[in-house]
Amino acid sequence: MAINPKKHEMPTQAPEKRILNYDEVALGYTAEIAIEEAKRCLNCKNKPCVAGCPVNIDIPNFIMKIKDGNFEDAYQSIAESSSLPAVCGRVCPQETQCEMKCTLGIKFEPVGIGRLERFVADWHNANVEASQDKPASNGHKVAVVGSGPSGLTCAGDLAKKGYQVTVFEALHTAGGVLVYGIPEFRLPKAIVAKEVEGLKNLGVEIETNVVIGKTLTIDELFDMGYEAVFIGSGAGLPKFMNIPGESLKGVYSANEFLTRINLMKAYKDNGSTPIQHSKHVAVVGGGNVAMDAARCAKRLGADVSVVYRRTEAELPARREEVEHAMEEGINFLFLTNPVSISGDDKGFVNKITCLKMQLSEPDESGRARPVEIPGSEFDIEVDSVIMSLGTSPNPLIKNTTAGLETQKWGGIIVEEETGLTSREGVYAGGDAVTGAATVILAMGAGKTAANAIDKKLSAK
Amino acid sequence: MYKIVRKKNLNPTVTQMEIDAPLVAKKAKPGQFIILRVNDDGERIPLTIAGSNPVEGTVKIIFQIVGATTELLNHKNEGEYISDFVGPLGVATHTDGLKKVCIVGGGVGCAIAMPVAEEFHRLGANVTSIIGFRNKDIVILEEEFTACSDKLVLMTDDGSYGRHGNVTVPLKEMLEAGEKFDMIITIGPLIMMKFVVATAKPFDIPVTVSMNPIMIDGTGMCGGCRLTLNQNGKKVTKFACVDGPDFNGYEVDFDEAMSRGRMYFDFERHAHEETCNLFKNV
Repeated sequence: MAINPKKHEMPTQAPEKRILNYDEVALGYTAEIAIEEAKRCLNCKNKPCVAGCPVNIDIPNFIMKIKDGNFEDAYQSIAESSSLPAVCGRVCPQETQCEMKCTLGIKFEPVGIGRLERFVADWHNANVEASQDKPASNGHKVAVVGSGPSGLTCAGDLAKKGYQVTVFEALHTAGGVLVYGIPEFRLPKAIVAKEVEGLKNLGVEIETNVVIGKTLTIDELFDMGYEAVFIGSGAGLPKFMNIPGESLKGVYSANEFLTRINLMKAYKDNGSTPIQHSKHVAVVGGGNVAMDAARCAKRLGADVSVVYRRTEAELPARREEVEHAMEEGINFLFLTNPVSISGDDKGFVNKITCLKMQLSEPDESGRARPVEIPGSEFDIEVDSVIMSLGTSPNPLIKNTTAGLETQKWGGIIVEEETGLTSREGVYAGGDAVTGAATVILAMGAGKTAANAIDKKLSAK
Repeated sequence: MYKIVRKKNLNPTVTQMEIDAPLVAKKAKPGQFIILRVNDDGERIPLTIAGSNPVEGTVKIIFQIVGATTELLNHKNEGEYISDFVGPLGVATHTDGLKKVCIVGGGVGCAIAMPVAEEFHRLGANVTSIIGFRNKDIVILEEEFTACSDKLVLMTDDGSYGRHGNVTVPLKEMLEAGEKFDMIITIGPLIMMKFVVATAKPFDIPVTVSMNPIMIDGTGMCGGCRLTLNQNGKKVTKFACVDGPDFNGYEVDFDEAMSRGRMYFDFERHAHEETCNLFKNV
């Protein structure tokens, strides 16, 4: 039988419909499509895809089980390596990881690994009762700081081995960037809540409203009897451009804009947290967070322009996110860089002044360096500006933990193979170490640290 | 869930609550704040800590009913619970080496000024307190201030109690009479703090102001609480939640802070009216 050269398309909500709601955009494969897509896998011996996965899921193994219609077996196969498959199947950049290594991808489109992972996880969540069996306790206590992807993974892996794990979360809801950052239409919060429930069933305790570095310090966690601490506090500190007018009303960091919408549910008609319903929004930046902010603003009823200083080819966002944004009617102003923001007499934003750019030789990041074209200023009339320029780790823990070494920009310094920091018994991973990166890399780091913590404590 | 252990109405629009939050109580210092949510799906609001009892494990908050959330909070009674209460956040008021201070509080800001005055009194500093209110009916914490101040001046805008006029009048008199404070610490409406700074300036007395901008997370994540400082001719952006809430009064761009504080004014007013109607219909 000839192999279908193309991935089975992901059914999605039509753009004109979805910009009017917050429901999930990608609808997921049906069982029939999943089996057909699974048949495209060559089940090759050397499994290059597995090496492309930061948590080394045995990809051909789970795909073969889908092919045979054994969806729960497929789920259990993934669950051996990943604690958040329903999340990863949605937000992983598969095109630069597992799918990029897929043998089929040499000649045709690679197998839709991410879509299959999502199918399996959703099938499991819809059809299988969560197990209430708690693993037998091994008597060791571990504290996890932050309930984002790295913290949840580390907690899950340790709990499965019998550790008594407590996760400390600064906000009122567990999930970290999965709940405050990534919008409902890309990752429904019910899915995150379900994954967190799963951890609780394993015996993990989640303490919300505890800011480590303020409410408690790392040292106090050891005093409380925790034998190891994993720091997965993420990269929450937003960057601004330091251009005139950034303090005008209507200028948001992407973090603030997304937190108001996602965590605080400002998009709901009866939401108690306010958000501006703007007519024309400029989103400055080109990453996934910029796409999320742009698409949220669109759903609030605005005309949205993404302002990016390089070209479409250099956009750091996932291709799929860019395509979805374009389908939804979001404008892209490439080779454009803001120089100032102006406001009306009441202090609300009314325009953003930009310069045209051109690309020059590559900079230290390897990407072509944008250079201003003198005299090319132009104005865009806007009533909101969302700055999506990246984030860096929050200094609260660094400032209150003696001997914890960090990079100049705030990233915690760790031993790569273990996640061990400069402090004994203190491990770290995810964006707190790398700066803003992906969910799956954070999960990989959580996993690495869980293994290292287990090795260390089980040898005691 | 966090229990309301005690509740007391200080005046018709200002309420004091003591909340069971042992971890926060253990760490809380004057000048720091907490963030709370009254119920699930509620908004997060910052309130400066008005005192704490680490032995009992309670934290005191004093709030004015100004919007939907404070209205909801005020409808909670002793023994009831609120969903979330997190802190202590922000940097505590700097007290080192200050031997003679003037505390200038305005309105509900006096609730935050009071623990600061108490702390200086406890540390053995000479404390002058100037507290101002619109009228007699809304005077709060007079006894508490009397107990911790070497000198107390109470002002009302309409002269219905204490001295007639605003807080800058006695402050100016004292400075003109040659009082040398190591520091003036002012907490209250932005416009009042701006004028306290202007009053102190000719006398070259340092002024600390306590900022209370709009914020969400309180840990440096959203940047909504940002304000601009003018430091030696350079504009510097700071986050009130992690860098403050106390700042050098001479550096703060008050006009910008006042403008930003009114960002959601219409929304707030509407939400407050709706919430009030909700309670009327019950």
